[in-house]
Parts: sequence; C-alpha cells; structure tokens
Amino acid sequence: MATFLGINLFGLFGQLLVGLINGSFYALLALGLAIIFGLLKIINFSQGALYMLGAFAAWMSLEYLQINYWWSLLLVPIAVGAFGILMERFLIRPIANEDHLYSLLLTFGIALILQGLFTDWFGSSGMPYAIPEELKGGTRLPFMYLPNYRAWIIVFSLTVCALTWFMIEKTKLGAYLRAGTENPQLMQAFGINVPLIVTLTYGFGVGLAGLAGVLAAPVYSVSPEMGSNILIVVFAIVVIGGMGSIGGAILTGLAMGVIEGLTKYFYPEASNTVIFLVMVLVLLTKPAGLFGKEA
Amino acid sequence: MNNKALNIVILGLAIAAPFAFYPVFLMKVLCFALFACAFNLLLGYVGLLSFGHAIFLGSGAYITGHLMLNYSITPELGILAGVTVSALIGLVYGKLAVRREGIYFAMVTLALAQLLFFFYLQAPFTGGEDGLQGVPRGKLFGLIDLSDNLTMYYFVLAIFIIGFLIIYRTIHSPFGQILKAIRENEARAVSLGYKVNQYKLQAFVISAALAGLAGSTKALVFQLASLNDVHWFMSGEVVLMTLLGGMGTIWGPVLGAGTIVGLQNFLASGPLANYIHVVMGVVFVICVLAFRNGLVGELQKLIKKNF
Repeated sequence: MATFLGINLFGLFGQLLVGLINGSFYALLALGLAIIFGLLKIINFSQGALYMLGAFAAWMSLEYLQINYWWSLLLVPIAVGAFGILMERFLIRPIANEDHLYSLLLTFGIALILQGLFTDWFGSSGMPYAIPEELKGGTRLPFMYLPNYRAWIIVFSLTVCALTWFMIEKTKLGAYLRAGTENPQLMQAFGINVPLIVTLTYGFGVGLAGLAGVLAAPVYSVSPEMGSNILIVVFAIVVIGGMGSIGGAILTGLAMGVIEGLTKYFYPEASNTVIFLVMVLVLLTKPAGLFGKEA
Repeated sequence: MNNKALNIVILGLAIAAPFAFYPVFLMKVLCFALFACAFNLLLGYVGLLSFGHAIFLGSGAYITGHLMLNYSITPELGILAGVTVSALIGLVYGKLAVRREGIYFAMVTLALAQLLFFFYLQAPFTGGEDGLQGVPRGKLFGLIDLSDNLTMYYFVLAIFIIGFLIIYRTIHSPFGQILKAIRENEARAVSLGYKVNQYKLQAFVISAALAGLAGSTKALVFQLASLNDVHWFMSGEVVLMTLLGGMGTIWGPVLGAGTIVGLQNFLASGPLANYIHVVMGVVFVICVLAFRNGLVGELQKLIKKNF
C-alpha cells in the first residue's frame, strides 16, 4: 500500500477524485446561477430542482423511451432549458419589476412543486442509472484507480465551463450579455431585443443545471432530494465566490469540491459542514466574497 | 376605541376556542403564529428575508426537549433555556448575516442554518433521525400540571400573547420606526447617522429569541423535538405563512399560520396527503404572482377603498 508521511495515498487520491467530481457539479450549478443572476438579478432557487429534473429526465428517457446516455446528454439540457424558458416567460417576467425577493420566493415555490411531484411519483429512495457501455471500466494509475466515467465527468464539465466562459467573455454574443448586465435600457435603445436575451440566458443557465443532472445520474442515485441538498451548498459557494465573475464562480465551485474531498479524508465528521465554515470565514474576512465586486 | 373592542373580541374568542376546536390543533396554530410573527418582524419591518429561521425554532425545541427529558426542571426554566440559546445563535448568525444584503442575506442565513442542521443530525443529544420523543410537559412553577391539554392551551395562549405584545411594542417604538426607515431607504438611514447594521442585528436577535420561544413551546405541546423543526422546509413554511397572511402587518402572520396549519391538517386526511409539498409550492406561486399583499393586506386595501 502506497503511503507517504503516514498518509494512505490511495484513500487520499480517492477522496480527492470525489472532491473534483463534486466540484465539477458545484461549478456547473454555480455557473448557471451566476449567469442568471448577472442579467436578471435574481437567484434561481429552482436550480437544484432542475438539476434533479435533468437526472430524472435522463433516467426516464432510458427507462421508457430507450434513449441512451449520449442522446440524453444532448437532449435533456435542451428540454430542461425549454422548461426554464417557459418558466421565465410566464411566471418570472410578470414580476420582473417587483422586489427581487419575490422572484426568489417564486422559484422556491416551483422547486417545492417539482420535488413534491417526483417524491410522489418515485418515492424518496434513489433510482440507479447505468454507466454507459463506452465509459465502463477504468485506468490503473501508479497511485490510484481512475474509473473512466469519473474522469469523463471532470473533463466534460470543465470543458463546458471553459466554453461558457469563453462565450461570455470573448464573443460578440457574450458582449451583448455583459452589456445587458450593465445597462439594459441603453442596450434596448440600440435596438437589441433585451427581453429575448434575458429569456435565452435564463434557458441557458437552467440548461446547465439539466446537463449537470444527466452527468450526475450514473454516479449518484437519482432521487427527488438530490437537488435541494446540493443547492444549499452551491448557495454557500456563491456567497464565498461572489457572483461578480463567471470565472470566479467556476473556480470557487471546483476549489470547494476539493476542500470537501480533503475534509472527507482527514476529518470525515466535518465533511458536510466544511463549505459552510469556509463561508463563515469569508464573511468575516472578505464580506463581499473572494471575487466580489460590490462595495 | 374600535381597535380596543376588536382586541377584546379576539381575546374572548381565543379563550373560548378550545371548547369548539381540538386544543392540540389550536396550540399548533399558536406556536406557528408566534414563529411567523417573529419572522415577520425581520421580513415585514426591516425588509430582511431570513431563509434559515427554522434553526431558531428547532434549537429552542431541542434545548427545551433535552433539558426536560434529562433533568427534572420546570417547564418555564426549560423554555427560558431554549430562548436563551436561540437568542445566542441569533446573535452569532446575525452578526455574520448582516454583512451581506438582499438576496445574499437570504443565502447566507440558509447556509448557516444548514450548518447547524448537520450538527444536530450528528450530535448525540438530539437523537438523530428519531428526534427527542416523550418530552414531559412538567409542572409550571412546580405547581400547575400541564399534562392536561386544556391547561396547556391556556399556558400556550399566555406565551403567545407575551410574544405578540413584545413584537407589537418593538414595532411601535422609536426603535421600530428606525427599522422601518431602514426597510424603506437604507442609504438614507445611514446618512442620518444610524448604525444600520446594529439595528438589523438587534432585530435579528429579538426575532431569533421569539422563534426559539415558539420552538420551545412547540416541543412541550407535542412532547417532541425533531429534525423537521430545523429543516430548510420549515424555514420555507414560515416564509409562506407570512407571505400568505400579509408581510408587514401585525395580524397577517397569525392569519397565515392559521390558514397553512389548517390547510395541512385538512390535506393530511384527504386524497392529497402525498401532495402537501406540491400544494405549498402552488400556494407560494399564487401568492407571489397575484397576492403579494397577503390576506390582511388585501383586506386592508378593500376596506380603504369601500369605507
């Protein structure tokens, strides 16, 4: 058994891997929240429920329609995004000019509805979702065993995060989006259809949650509660990172996953709470968040 | 004069109520009404949305439950201990939460509440998933046996009135006026020289202590303290009660709590028993979309328009 300074390396790297995987999901969800917050100035409380919806959509597609994992990976985010677009258009937009706390409460209500419906339909115990054939097995590295599917999650979600970052920071579409964040009235005056951009942005942010759900289905069991638990952690991450920067949200998500993984190895009792404790530390030392821009 | 008469009528109804309704149901309403009133002090009068208020309810319940179960103390001391601990947690959490504003405040309070939730889940004294069962009600001041539901009801009613009056006094004091000023225009309150964060913190502690009072009392009523009391769903529920009843009104949270508890009791025995969360969610969506002033707020508007 490989040990270094009395540390079991297999165990350590194993938890580090779990941390990176969790971090990938945190990053995807935090990214979605940050994109939506940037333009709409609302916190989407149903982000966790839509992540759960994505996982269930993948599970149901395979179970009832024989749609395999790869098609789900493409279609489910689109479907969840479309669901989000309907939500934005018919529920959120009518109260867009009210206090933003109302939209928080509205999306919380939607989260309750979704979670309640799936709990009634499927019970609260989890459903298994098989790892796709192509990604079964794993690679034996000198210090650990790396299952292929887990490697895939990390590579794929980081690629999605990087592409999203590139799209927002470096392309013309991203420039519109950032301009809309700064001054929507002026942009409208330039003849750009701001409400359309808002709707599409919301759809995209929500689609990221759906994508995370599909990715998560084979590693976690698909259950109605999977969304609410992760969402509260992602909220803490968003407080830690601040929502001022897209890159900040991604980095904080990954870093917190790793910290959580390390805690699981060194002091498992605190693994559930370590991210919240980091949040407390950040609030004490840098209240605006690590990447926060506000005063 | 008119208001005084109305208050006497309401008090009379509250005293007569256990002869018409099941006392345990009424006590549940009173506990949640106090919880919602405490929450409303923050949301309705300072404009702070705390999304982790269940932690104060549940902490009060756990502390009182634990002390009553393991040490033979009288219920008023058990409640006092629960309130104290809730207030202290409120002080620490409030200090952290007031560093952020608006939506961040809601997320910080939710995350802080989840921190303690995991602590209670793992701590040995809470009984984990089973919770604390069979909490004795004890004898009030060592004299009055509370095991009888009717006696207990009047005790709970007295506690509710005390809590309600504390909130009423707070809102109608100069301190309360400053809170409202912060709600309406925080920047102006700062420019007038008020230490806004200190006022927010004080309101937060009062609210936490009263939520703890509701939780301690609830633990005695149901002789139970469980994880449900500290779960985020409970935090959402109290938001809904306040929103439905009318935030920023004195009686709104009471009416909202009564409606929600009544609705849950009604649903629990019907065909929709499995859909309670769904129904709560639907009520949430309807309230936000069409009913933002709540029952009391809409009623006030109606009266203003027609009389």
